[in-house]
Amino acid sequence: MAAEIIAPRSTGRALGPVRSTMLVVAGHWAWYRRNWTATAISSVALPVLYLLAMGLGFGSQVRSTAALGGHSYLTYIAPALMAVAAVQNAAGEGTFPVLGAFKWHKTYFGVTATPITPDQVVAGQFVWMALRMLASGAVYLIIAVAIGAITSPLAIVSLFFSVLCGMAFAAPVVAYAATVVTEGNGFNVIFRFIVVPMTLFSGTMFPVSQLPVWIQPLAWITPLWHGTELARGIALGDLGFWAAIGHILFLVAMFAVGAAIARVKFRNRLTS
Amino acid sequence: MTAQTSPAPVTATGLVKRFGEFTAVAGIDVDVRPGEAFGFLGPNGAGKSSTMRMVACVSPRSGGELRVLGMDPDVDGPKIRARIGVVPQADILDNELTVRQNLQVYGRYFGLSKSHVRAKATELLEFTQLTERADDEVDPLSGGMKRRLTIARSLVNDPELLLLDEPTTGLDPQARHLLWDRLFRLKQTGVTLIITTHYMDEAEQLCDRLVVMDGGKIVAGGTPSQLIANHSSREVLELRFAPGEHEQIAEKVGDLADRVETLPDRLLLYTADGEGALAAAHQRGITPRSSLVRRSTLEDVFLRLTGRSLVE
Repeated sequence: MAAEIIAPRSTGRALGPVRSTMLVVAGHWAWYRRNWTATAISSVALPVLYLLAMGLGFGSQVRSTAALGGHSYLTYIAPALMAVAAVQNAAGEGTFPVLGAFKWHKTYFGVTATPITPDQVVAGQFVWMALRMLASGAVYLIIAVAIGAITSPLAIVSLFFSVLCGMAFAAPVVAYAATVVTEGNGFNVIFRFIVVPMTLFSGTMFPVSQLPVWIQPLAWITPLWHGTELARGIALGDLGFWAAIGHILFLVAMFAVGAAIARVKFRNRLTS
Repeated sequence: MTAQTSPAPVTATGLVKRFGEFTAVAGIDVDVRPGEAFGFLGPNGAGKSSTMRMVACVSPRSGGELRVLGMDPDVDGPKIRARIGVVPQADILDNELTVRQNLQVYGRYFGLSKSHVRAKATELLEFTQLTERADDEVDPLSGGMKRRLTIARSLVNDPELLLLDEPTTGLDPQARHLLWDRLFRLKQTGVTLIITTHYMDEAEQLCDRLVVMDGGKIVAGGTPSQLIANHSSREVLELRFAPGEHEQIAEKVGDLADRVETLPDRLLLYTADGEGALAAAHQRGITPRSSLVRRSTLEDVFLRLTGRSLVE
């Protein structure tokens, strides 16, 4: 019998933007489930080591002052280190993994050959990064509570402020990574000249008021200073309402601008 | 004949793709029919891949009209992509996932349920003979296996149209034949295939119809046998001489064939009667180091149309 050719009907369909974005997140999760050990050290263990070394070790030599708000050094830096961890997570996850998905593994190109759009790829990337920050921040928080570095239940809000801070930094970093065509040597500039000075001088280890007056404005434009003020302020109970609004607006605006640029860069690179 | 009510898989009119100053595709007309295997034959840089990317709805066109499955890629890109399969030139796989996970994760992007992709993955692993490696990571697989996995992945949504960009480049002969067999079976089920290649044997084996591209333009089109009949002679006599002698001897045998092509390593005499031309050459005292009479191929068509070989 001659085979009658019946055009098959595809089973595929394009889902809405929210569900599509969650599928991109699920794709990251599938990878992470098999490969999580590689990044768990840096994203969870490192902030805890900081807390132990700086808070308990170095902190034992620090006298509580008025500038520290009368808190012990351990209590003073514990919530701030959560924001530091989120920013470092942003730098780690927003640079080489993003470049690799464009350049080496080309995973993004594989995904956008399906009904998933470049917009959904970039949205999924951000949701995934936020979830990672949230998860490693939660582990840090539990440990910090266990050793008595954090006592206030409001520290749970610090966790979300930290994620906001991390995302505000992540958005421009991801946007930049999407434009890199070399092997990513430029990322070292981000690590050495942005992340490290920001970690040291944005009010995490000591109050910005201790810096020379003319340097203080530099600290104010870093996302980490705003994140630290929020995370520490809510945990230690001295966060003013209007100050909080200001810090949140700064971080949201930074994320929004960065994400808008990232969106354009992803579109350009994925649909040439 | 089969009655087809579904819209043409691909129709393009005056399709153009520019990258800045450079024109990759310079206004082509294409009409792919349902259920056929359609080929783009041409050397690297001819504009084949740019055309494929526009059809795959990942590269907006710079000019002209394009419809894929009856829809406009600029408007309905995601809807079209949901119903097509794409095998890109270079394998894009998640090397750190297992073979099976590659299919399952990818299938989800097409809005398919977890249970559906689980069953589909098993079926496709069987189809591409990867069942034994199902739970291994992708990284250590051979090139042929990775290629097969890429093809399996492109089939996860039961595509109506499958785009294959240089599907067998870099594969050994055995892997190529296995792949051709699988593509032939797909075609039997009614899937429309669009294939780019710079291998003329691949084009002859797989394609019902094809177009020859060069410099962003279509220079000829038809079935493989039509193209050969229209643009080449029935037979070709190949004569090899010592290096450097070819130019000089070409002048002496010019009248023995319809047309003579001088390549660096041999002369090609296009004629209806290859043996007759060879005998006539011998009578003139011309003694080649070796000679061969063969049928014309698409390679000859390409040489005729562009003055260049496909694989350089």
